[in-house]
Amino acid sequence: MTRELTCIGCPMGCELTVEVENGAAVSVTGNTCKIGENYAKSEISAPVRAVTTTALTAEGVPVPVKTAGNVPKDKIFEVVDHIKRTKITLPVKLGTVILENAAGTGVPVIATKTVG
Amino acid sequence: MREFDLVIIGGGPAGMAAAVAAKKQGIDDLIILERDDRLGGILNQCIHNGFGLHTFKEELTGPEYAERYSDQVKELGIPYELGTMVLDMTGDKEISLISRRRGAETVKAKAVVLAMGCRERPRGALGIAGFRPQGIYTAGTAQKLVNCEGVVPGKEVVILGSGDIGLIMARRMTLEGAKVRAVVELMPYSSGLKRNIVQCLDDYGIPLMLSHTVVDIKGKEKLEGVWVAAVDERNNPIEGTEEYFPCDTLLLSCGLIPENELSKSMGVELSPLTGGPSVDESLETNIDGVFACGNVLHVHDLVDFVSEEAVRAGENAAEYIKGKPSSPGTPVAVKPGNGVRYTVPSRLYTQSAADSIHIRFRVTGVYKGAAIVITCGDKEIMRKRGRIFVPSEMQDIIIKKDKLPEIDGDLEVKVEEAVK
Repeated sequence: MTRELTCIGCPMGCELTVEVENGAAVSVTGNTCKIGENYAKSEISAPVRAVTTTALTAEGVPVPVKTAGNVPKDKIFEVVDHIKRTKITLPVKLGTVILENAAGTGVPVIATKTVG
Repeated sequence: MREFDLVIIGGGPAGMAAAVAAKKQGIDDLIILERDDRLGGILNQCIHNGFGLHTFKEELTGPEYAERYSDQVKELGIPYELGTMVLDMTGDKEISLISRRRGAETVKAKAVVLAMGCRERPRGALGIAGFRPQGIYTAGTAQKLVNCEGVVPGKEVVILGSGDIGLIMARRMTLEGAKVRAVVELMPYSSGLKRNIVQCLDDYGIPLMLSHTVVDIKGKEKLEGVWVAAVDERNNPIEGTEEYFPCDTLLLSCGLIPENELSKSMGVELSPLTGGPSVDESLETNIDGVFACGNVLHVHDLVDFVSEEAVRAGENAAEYIKGKPSSPGTPVAVKPGNGVRYTVPSRLYTQSAADSIHIRFRVTGVYKGAAIVITCGDKEIMRKRGRIFVPSEMQDIIIKKDKLPEIDGDLEVKVEEAVK
């Protein structure tokens, strides 16, 4: 089976053609770099995304955060929910860990801005 | 009157990179004027990732990218004044500004870098029928509300225009619990990056309706819904295709316009094609010592390219302050040809040009298997092939110094389409 994907690894957005056998990518063409090949392989077997959102202080001040790595795509809403249930206190420095383990993914969530 | 060698108008990515570059070239008497209460400009509200792959070889969020530069500004001891609004500028570089701290003031500059960024096209410029109820925002306004104020403006959303901010906000509103019913795009292609269609729309099952537009708005005090219709090849709505979407929020992502009110007031010549200043290869405007970079010059797709451009503007401003003589001779024009909407620069001094010259532009449509060709009369100066050229991506072609002697007349930049 052949699948067409658009790489999200960088803004170039390479059009990838992936040969799939038994739920796994066996060959990738159309990519210009290694990122495209890796993206296609994981997208076929277990898609992942980095998540960015805001965490709030008790007063409702938003602090931008991100997952420090990719999380399974089907966990995105659980990760955001976990972040929203976490109340943070200021000041926060860029890189401060907000959550050690976002929604059981094992991936930490860190602040992306120095606030307060 | 305070006097400075260099005044930089705007403390976003362009202003910060220009300031850092000028400082590194030995310009100590400089200042950044910023209207907001922090440096970073629009990056502060762009909390998604995808910034910095070219500059830092890693994927950063907007605030992280901004902090890399604001840290440099602070480490280098570059002065900046926040909460400071520039009201007017004159052709002899007198700048009127106002701030809570210093009140109204006029300062004088030897050189100026324009780095005011761009603005979103508002509803009034779109000509949509219907009342003006509460609930209609530009995508960037909604982005600021959600990401900086912690307020989500609605629960059921339609987005008109598929620019990147619209796509990013489709995902952002979804993650904040809103239902995004559709992204509606007038053109037969999206004006946003492909990766954003995948990771912001496809990932969440949000439909992208190409060749469609909003034809009517329902609701007098509060938005109740919008009518969407298909358009023909001349972008006219097709009768009988109307579909009603109930919604409490309509976001507009219908293009960005360089913000040049101040440039106009000082007599900077603007390009009707970009809405930004018309510049030469050193990014200098028609006024000696006034340079422009970033989105005030032309709307960029990636902040990395803004930073790179701003470094050149900062360095050239430094050269000017140190007394580099004006460019000799008359410039050749750089003209957009087939399939090219504009070029920056629009004129070129080949004798005084630096090592290499960046020609930046956007194509007017989707071109597969085409080539970008730069010609001078009958001579071909440059050729660049590409799998696909799309309007959402800024093109950047570098003419190397050894090619410059071949240029003896106006240049044309065009798309040579694939033979069908």
